[in-house]
Formats: sequence, C-alpha cells, structure tokens
Amino acid sequence: MSAAIAPAGLFDCRDAYVRTVEELAVQDDRIVAVVNDSVGSSKLGKFQERFPDRLVNVGIAEQNMVGVGAGLANGGKIPFVSGASCFLSARALEQIKADCAYSHANVKLCGISSGVAYGELGATHHSIEDIAWLRAIDRLTVIVPADPWQTAEAIKAAAAHDGPVYIRISRMPVPELERDDAVFRIGKAERLRPGTDIAIIANGTLVHHAVSAARRLEVDGIAAQVINMATISPMDVEMLAQAAATGAIVTAEEGLAHGGLGGAVAEYCATHSPVRMRMLGFPGFLPTGSAQWLMNRFGLNADGITAAARDLLKVKAR
Amino acid sequence: MNTRIREVSARANWMRRRLITMIVEAGQGHPGGDLSATDIIAALYFDILRFDPAKPAAPGRDRFVMSKGHCTGALYTALAGAGFFPEEELQTYLKPESRLNGHPNRTYLPGVETNTGPLGHGLPVAVGIAVAAQIDKADYRVFVLTGDGELQEGSMWEAAMFAGHRGLGQLTVIVDRNRLQQGASTEDTNALEPLADKWRAFGWDVAEVDGHDAAALLTAFDAACQPRSRPLCIIANTQKGHGVSFMENQAGWHHGVPNADQYALAMAELEAEMAA
Ligand SMILES: Cc1ncc(C[n+]2csc(CCOP(=O)(O)OP(=O)(O)O)c2C)c(N)n1
Ligand SMILES: [Mg+2]
Repeated sequence: MSAAIAPAGLFDCRDAYVRTVEELAVQDDRIVAVVNDSVGSSKLGKFQERFPDRLVNVGIAEQNMVGVGAGLANGGKIPFVSGASCFLSARALEQIKADCAYSHANVKLCGISSGVAYGELGATHHSIEDIAWLRAIDRLTVIVPADPWQTAEAIKAAAAHDGPVYIRISRMPVPELERDDAVFRIGKAERLRPGTDIAIIANGTLVHHAVSAARRLEVDGIAAQVINMATISPMDVEMLAQAAATGAIVTAEEGLAHGGLGGAVAEYCATHSPVRMRMLGFPGFLPTGSAQWLMNRFGLNADGITAAARDLLKVKAR
Repeated sequence: MNTRIREVSARANWMRRRLITMIVEAGQGHPGGDLSATDIIAALYFDILRFDPAKPAAPGRDRFVMSKGHCTGALYTALAGAGFFPEEELQTYLKPESRLNGHPNRTYLPGVETNTGPLGHGLPVAVGIAVAAQIDKADYRVFVLTGDGELQEGSMWEAAMFAGHRGLGQLTVIVDRNRLQQGASTEDTNALEPLADKWRAFGWDVAEVDGHDAAALLTAFDAACQPRSRPLCIIANTQKGHGVSFMENQAGWHHGVPNADQYALAMAELEAEMAA
C-alpha cells in the first residue's frame, strides 16, 4: 500500500494531457480541441498538425470559447476546451454554469497551468479560486489530478463520461506517484498510505508533498494516512468518513484553502463527523514571486504539511 | 515641435534599452508587445499627459489605462522615467515581493490606474472614468492602450458600443496594431479587419498613424486633445519587437528572454539608433 515517489524525475502534466487527447482523437473522431490563442500554452501544436480541422481557435475570447464548446457538444462533438485555467474559470464562469453545467452539455474544460504556475505574473494569472467557484456549480464534475498517470486517466474518464467536466492541468513539475492499485474512477479517492493517527488529504501538486510528510512523521512514530482526493465534485465521502475516524485531518492544495479542497472536507466533517482540521492553501491575492517561491512562502511543501500535522496532533492529544 | 519629437524619441530609446535589460535580469517578460507600445507610451507620458507624479491620485489628472497589461516593461520604464517611483526600483522587476509585478497593480505602485492582465478589462474601466468626467464636467482626458489581439474579447466591444452611445469625447483608445497576438497573426486567428469600419460603426471617430513615428503620434494626440463630441480610436500601425532587428514581427518574441549574444546585439542596435 505504501506509495514511493518514483526517482525518475519530474513531469509537466500538460504532456500527459496532450498525449492522451491525441490518442483519443485517433480513436474517436468526435474529439475536438477548442482554444483561446492558447495552442502553445496548451501544448496543442502537434494536435493542430495532426488534426488541423479539429482544432478550433476562437482567438482571445474565453466566454465565446466555452459557449462555442457547448455548441460543438450539441453538434455531437466531444470538445476539450483548453485555456489558461485562470481565464477559463474566471472569465467564462457563467458560460460554464449555464451553457455547460445547467444545460448538461458534454464539454471537457481543461484548465491549463493551474494554481500559481504563472508565479510572477501575479494574482490575475493565478488560478487559485477556480476550485471554490467551480465546486459551487451543480452537476459539474471537478477533477484535480496529481501526476502524469492520473492526468491521462482523468482525461480518458472525462471523455467517456456523459456531461461537463473541469480538469485542472498543472505545469508545475511533479513526480509520478507509485501505486499498488492503479485505478482511476471519477468520484473515487485513492489512499496512498494507511495510518490511524491523522489523515492528510491533498490533491494535485500537493499529493507528493503529503507522501513525503507522512514519511517524515513515520520516523517520529506517527502513522499518517495519505489520501489523494483527485475528484472534488463529487467527493468520495466514504473515504472522507474513514479519514475523519482518525480524529485529525490536514488538507493541502495549490489553491485557496477556504472554498477549495479544505473547504469541501470541512463542510463534510462539520455536518457528518466533526474533527479537528488544519487547512493548508493560499490566503488570497499573493505578492510578486515565482511559483516555487510562493509555494514555499505559504508552507505548501512537505515541511509545511509536517509542521501542520504535528501541531494538530498536539491539539488532538489534549 | 522638433524639441518635442527629440524628447519623445530619446525617452523611447531609453525605455527600450531599460526594459530589455529588465527582462534579461528578471528572466522573463513580453518584449514583443513592450517594444511595439514604447513610442506610443513615451509620447503620452513625456509630452501629452498632464499629471504630477507627487500627486498620483489628483482628481484632475489625465488618465492612462494600460489595457494590454502584459507589457509592463514599457509601462514601468515610463512611470519611472516620469518620476512616479525611483528608477533603481526597476531592478526589482518580478523579484519576490516587488512592487513591479508581472502585471500592473495600483495597490502596489503609484501611477497605475487599474489592475490589468486579463485582456479586455482596460477599455470598460476607461469608459467608466470618462463617464465620471462627463458627469462632473471635468476636463481631464482618458487614454487607453489596447492590443489588437485583445480586441477579440467581447468586453471591448461592449465598452466601445457604450462609449459611442454616450459620446465620450474625452476618451481616446489607441490600438497597438502590430498584427500579431500570442501564437500567430490576428488575421489568421480571428480577423479584425476592416477594423476602422468597426469602430466607426460603433460611433467613434478613427485616425490611423505610424505608431513608431513620434511626430505622427504627437500630431494625432494633439488632435485627440481638442474638444470632441465622439470618442476617438487611433489605430497605431506598429511592429511587434520594434527597434530590435531579430524580434521585429516575430510572434515567437511575444514572450521570451534574449540570450547574452542577443542582448548585446539589441543594445548595440539601440545605441546606434540613439547616436543617429
Ligand atoms: C483574458 C486573457 N486571455 C488570454 C491571455 C493570455 N495572453 C496574454 S498576452 C496575449 C496576446 C495578446 O495579443 P495582443 O493583444 O495583440 O497584444 P500584443 O501583440 O500587443 O502583445 C494573450 C493571449 C490574457 N492575458 N488574458
Ligand atoms: Mg498584437
């Protein structure tokens, strides 16, 4: 059951994303890509070469992009709408709500370079509110994959799923997680390590840090279970109930903690099995700084998770 | 007029050298759009706009709104040159906790009117400023600089329609018509032409100028400052990367950083231009 971090280096999940979309496009000619002057940033250059008439570039116009995506779905296509996640989620929020979710259009929304990947470009380019916003939309599936394998699986699952899906595609370097049971299903979390003292629930780029933190805690004799909550909507409440049974939960995400994964876990626990929590994430608009600097500055790394877990266990012991 | 032209040209040359140095030091930036906008911004800040950098919030100041917010190299060098903050601070561009964020932030930096970065925001805000002036019968002018690719955003045309409807004679939009957006040419992506006709149809006056000719820019801006009953769109024909040979008209230099050889070449070309 223990997940080791593969030593083979770090990956940009956009590569797994485009590889999978291309594979799917070969098998299924309903697959199309829709972009907002974002062929390069979405790494869809090769897709464009291979399937020139299946790449729809609407220009710099995100609201139109998502509306066009919904229309393509109506016309029988399976559109992968790909743009920087900050603009896709923020600018086109009502199109996501009304045209995709409320209309139950079969649109796959791919938020590229999510979180704080754009670092120095600032709060307008950070996509840290997206999960809070999109999680609030009924009937929209929301997935935050943790590594290349899970990104590829999430893309395949989204293509097979009937209905709108938002997938966060990170470009922050992450390792491939090692798993015993490599199965991805929408709405099912995976437990990467067992442990009954405390549960660490993370998603996306924080999952490998959570695994590292659990290893450090193990040295101190603390058994921390690690859960990768890749699907935020709908949540895996069975797994959450098991996490809550430890009596202490730390959440960690590359986004706002309030309203995001942390908020989602807190909502469930407050109403089903109250438990002490620490929620790691960003507080709001962030200062100028690189992605790596911001992650460290706000404790979104193994050190930060380890410290939060120790702190929480002190409270639990009282 | 000749002294005015010389001043604007010298400032623009300094801005180009300074912003390329900033981009090299920071390790990222948007040189293509910075360099296409430099002459326009230099003409505004070093000749046309009425402001006091010591009183950046003075109610009667002329407003400049940088709708194409990614081009902070051009904006920050102009603001520093105009005295809004010390020139040395340009060295902090993009560094941790710097006031010089990748996109302009008015809560950090005096002289910035509104935070931009997502395209398609500056014009609606500028329209609001011009409506406030209209209500108050204030005589300040509002200039807004937009990218041409940026005009693919619907919000720009919502604002344009409303400005035409309100007859906002104190409002001038300058289109940095470099014909390139991030990945390709505007006309291959989602064509803008006939662009002048579009603005006219929305109730605007339209002028076209060479966006790298200081004299032409000053003449157009002088005309913009005359009393008008309709908003004015100045289509400034520009080149992305203007002034640095290997960047000119190259979509690939939308963002990017010159290597050491390229940096030396860029500086040499700009110094030669200064000497000429
Ligand atoms: C809403 C939004 N979508 C996408 C982007 C990403 N982006 C930044 S600059 C740019 C191209 C802008 O082209 P243009 O307006 O022509 O500017 P210029 O050529 O002057 O750099 C794009 C797509 C953005 N900043 N905002
Ligand atoms: Mg352009």
